[in-house]
Amino acid sequence: MTAIAGHALPVGRVDPGLPTEERARLLSQAARAIRRRDLQMVKAAGLGHIGGDFSSADIVAVLLLAVLNIDPSRPKLADRDRFVMSKGHSSGVLYATLAAAGFFSPALLEQYMTPLSPLSGHPDARKVPGVEASTGTLGHGLPIAVGMAIAGDLDRSARRTFCLVGDGELQEGSNWEALMVAAHRGLERLTVIVDRNGLQQGATTEETSRLEPLADRARAFGWAVSEVDGHDYGALLRLFEGLPVVAGRPSFVIAHTHKGYPVSFMLDRVEWHHKIPSAAQVEAALEELS
Amino acid sequence: MTTVTTSPVLFDCRDAFASTVQELAEADDRIVVLCGDSVGSSKLVEFKRRFPDRLINVGIAEQTLVGVAAGLANEGKRPIVSAASCFVTARALEQIKVDLAYTNARVTICGMSPGVAYGELGPTHHSIEDIAWLRAIDNMVVLVPADPRETEQAVRAAVEHDGPAFVRVSRMGVPEVYADDYEFRIGKACRLGEGSDVTVVANGTMVARALGAARLLAARGIACRVVSMPTVTPLDIDEIRAAAEETGAIVTVEEHSVRGGLGGAVAETVVSRCPVPMRIMGFPGFLPTGPATWLLEHFGLTAQGISEAAAELTDRKR
Repeated sequence: MTAIAGHALPVGRVDPGLPTEERARLLSQAARAIRRRDLQMVKAAGLGHIGGDFSSADIVAVLLLAVLNIDPSRPKLADRDRFVMSKGHSSGVLYATLAAAGFFSPALLEQYMTPLSPLSGHPDARKVPGVEASTGTLGHGLPIAVGMAIAGDLDRSARRTFCLVGDGELQEGSNWEALMVAAHRGLERLTVIVDRNGLQQGATTEETSRLEPLADRARAFGWAVSEVDGHDYGALLRLFEGLPVVAGRPSFVIAHTHKGYPVSFMLDRVEWHHKIPSAAQVEAALEELS
Repeated sequence: MTTVTTSPVLFDCRDAFASTVQELAEADDRIVVLCGDSVGSSKLVEFKRRFPDRLINVGIAEQTLVGVAAGLANEGKRPIVSAASCFVTARALEQIKVDLAYTNARVTICGMSPGVAYGELGPTHHSIEDIAWLRAIDNMVVLVPADPRETEQAVRAAVEHDGPAFVRVSRMGVPEVYADDYEFRIGKACRLGEGSDVTVVANGTMVARALGAARLLAARGIACRVVSMPTVTPLDIDEIRAAAEETGAIVTVEEHSVRGGLGGAVAETVVSRCPVPMRIMGFPGFLPTGPATWLLEHFGLTAQGISEAAAELTDRKR
């Protein structure tokens, strides 16, 4: 893993007292380092989902490094905000970001998908600090997040629950069951973020089984909808800090992203869903991310 | 051995479930009950009146029902899911596997009206594969109580268990088969009758019929041991081994498919540890329409049918 040298992962959360622009600048630096580290992990494992990792990297970084009310040194703190990564196949970026936030040592990332490693191809809540739900089977995270949000209401707690779903994942019917329940119960401390990169494993979502008009569909299900550039740190910060989008309703955030972002030869290319880069491609991507 | 007090009166075990969850909720504010529309058929009307905030009805949506329960358990609640066994086990099987068993979420699923309780409604509503499905999943406790007393204790034990558990709650009327001093424990069988010629292992609605079979066999000079096996997972292997070694022949009987249920569990133990002749009694596959008791009679799941199978097996042994 010599490639790690010179690409050390910065560890620590972004100071919430800084102005939004400064926090956005620090998050962009952190997200670049997280993407570099993730790329090396995927290359070393010979497995992973780099395209979706990179489309969601900025959202995950903004949440875990800046927005969530969490303390990585006390991952089970009672009234922490909860983050459920429903698109569990983007485990590489989740692990790298959890390490960057300080939940565990970045050295552990070297064990990504190695035999007996806690860092499996899909996250295991029993083995990895900071992982709130074991995911990997699509369409499971949102119902779990709804249960967590209901528990927060029963506890009269102000804690918030965030759930990141893939856009292709929304083809699973269980999500729409959960959307109905959350809207019915007015779970305003629940926010779903859709990583709307437009691509699933083999084609675009619209070619496969159309999601549009997604915002209208979510509104029709009773959610307050907001759309954002999923790679704009300032916009993401402002949106998350203004939640809920509408009082009394759960928030449905459509984050417009690009698969493989920002690596030029991966950008919006469906084959990078789970393609493993060659050594030369790793070098080229690291160069673009430097 | 427990005293057998088979009563002439038949009980719907959902009543025991309903009163038990209210008592549990009174004693522990972490208890929440989830259902998918089935407030009435789960007999939760009184629970809803008493604990309106703690009855979470997600509508007709089994996958989300189990997922939401997992989320509540993650947050320290003690969710009890009540839903028709045929739907919650099949429709939400992956949620049970991943969100509950793999995650070790402390969720109790009460499978209501299992087996052929909905006999006339046809195979869509028969739940005769539920035990096989759940038994295949690691880290799932699978309980099939036989009467109201055991249902109450099984629900309590499941809620106390540090992990996911499934309790099959019978709707079809059953007599009381256990004495007042019976103490249910997860993983423990209960010997309800002694015998040295053959053993009948049964659970749920079949326990009373197994006891009836033993009486018929006694009249024919065959000493039949009756073992109630309310816990299918983890199985009481010592009791199975004792039955094999001391009686040399085992009949299993359950209100379930012959594939992969209690019979499958016992057979796995018998072939690998103590091979003896066995007969697995249950349903052969998709069933015709008919009242529950008619279906049981039609497929020989009666005291008479069990006694004949046990007598044949005893002959084979000799």
